[in-house]
Amino acid sequence: MKLVVAVVKPFKVDDVKEGLKAIGINGMTVSEVQGFGRQRGHTEVYRGAEYEVDFVPKVRIEVLVDDAELASVVDKIVEVADTGKIGDGKVWVLPVEDAIRVRTKERGAEAL
Amino acid sequence: MHYNTGDTAWILASTALVLLMTPGLALFYGGMTRAKNVLGMMMQNFAAIGVVSLVWVWITYSLAFGPDWGGHGIIGTFHFFGLSNTAGNPPGYSLTIPHLLFMAFQMMFAIITPALITGGTADRLKFGSFLIFITIWSILVYAPVAHWVFDPNGWLFKRGAEDFAGGTVVHINAGIAGIAVALAVGKRKGWPKRAMPPHNVPMVLLGAGLLWFGWFGFNAGSALGANLLSVNAFVATNTATAAGLLAWILVEKLRDGKPTTLGAASGAVAGLVAITPACGYVNIVGATVIGLAAGVVCALAVRLKYKLKIDDALDVGGVHFIGGVLGALLIGFFGTSAIGGANGILHGGGAKLLGEQAIAVGVVATYSFVMSWLIAMAIKKTIGFRITEEQEDEGMDLALHAESAYEFNPSFGGGQYIEHKSEGSGK
Repeated sequence: MKLVVAVVKPFKVDDVKEGLKAIGINGMTVSEVQGFGRQRGHTEVYRGAEYEVDFVPKVRIEVLVDDAELASVVDKIVEVADTGKIGDGKVWVLPVEDAIRVRTKERGAEAL
Repeated sequence: MHYNTGDTAWILASTALVLLMTPGLALFYGGMTRAKNVLGMMMQNFAAIGVVSLVWVWITYSLAFGPDWGGHGIIGTFHFFGLSNTAGNPPGYSLTIPHLLFMAFQMMFAIITPALITGGTADRLKFGSFLIFITIWSILVYAPVAHWVFDPNGWLFKRGAEDFAGGTVVHINAGIAGIAVALAVGKRKGWPKRAMPPHNVPMVLLGAGLLWFGWFGFNAGSALGANLLSVNAFVATNTATAAGLLAWILVEKLRDGKPTTLGAASGAVAGLVAITPACGYVNIVGATVIGLAAGVVCALAVRLKYKLKIDDALDVGGVHFIGGVLGALLIGFFGTSAIGGANGILHGGGAKLLGEQAIAVGVVATYSFVMSWLIAMAIKKTIGFRITEEQEDEGMDLALHAESAYEFNPSFGGGQYIEHKSEGSGK
């Protein structure tokens, strides 16, 4: 089992969700986050005072997947989140020891 | 000149009340947009106060209410340009209030009308292009339509069309213009497939409340005096608004299972819109029926945009155009000379009034639609009317105004102050 973490542009979340549903992925967790990578932040101006804001709003998507699904999930996210412009985000993969479905107590791949 | 101090005091207060409707509209619309576009929306409404105030005192007041040019009832002259020659009454009026107060009261109507258009075009207009659009629109659309319908020398007024406070001039006019401009600039990216829910419904309710409050000035002030007619308009306005509110949420309860707060706010505004042309001409029966009809019909009409594939984002068409048409036509049935104006069909006046109402509705809707579309297309083809796709993704607040409406993380991410060379540290 793996945990796929993707940080993407906020307006790409729907596309990622639809893309993953289309390849049979039935769950994900999303959170609104802020951060920075190579993309510059933006400037805000309040009564003439300029502020350089480094943190850019992004959405963090987490998907638990079976090892067999890993490649297709990562490929799909990278494919649909790509706009070709700086700030499209990142995808990384972590190993997962176990997963439990709360209601049924199923474990491991059964719980996905 | 001798003025009636009671009348003058009430219209001064009404004028201020109507001004408050535009910031109220900004809250009403701003709450309905997505969080990244709320300032962009409110800015368009707020800036309309700036633009139209100046255009009105310098040019459009004279075109709308100045002495008729050539006696055709089409447009006023520049006689009142820059508020010159405004010592006496405006032509056709015998006011008990100062001429300048009449001008100021009418100015507030001229301000909110182009602001209403933003309900159709939310989330996608360039700010500068919007300001240019409302400047041209005020001159080429609002001024002539106000002259035709409001001015006693206007051709629709003289035919006998009735519009007490602006159902035709304000709501039909702005509603159909919103649709025309929405068609000219195109749909928002992702509409209708992607959900674009309101980001702050409490703000929508506050906005609707301020509109309701300010509307007493709009409608009861349109009696241009503190008298029985203004009180009748006040009571009719509140009655129709209450009926509209209840009718809309009843439709939701029956159709969707649950009454919504957004529906209650929308129903109240639909009731306000529909009673606007009628409030000085109908009794409590007429007001109740008009309010109920507006709530039901507008609640159904706001779904038409999905069938017609028109991205009328915040339903200025479904609420203001449809509600305005409904109110204007129902005067033809419920108008009664016991309150004011001519008798409609139900009060023994025959179908003549309804016919004149239908002509006024048709003429104003057609003229406003065509002209608004032409102005919008001219701006689109020259300086551009629409923000870029990247700006649309980022949101108008940051992309156009370098601000964000909500800073929820004051402890981090607030950014670094950029010191300008000019203010240096004395080196």
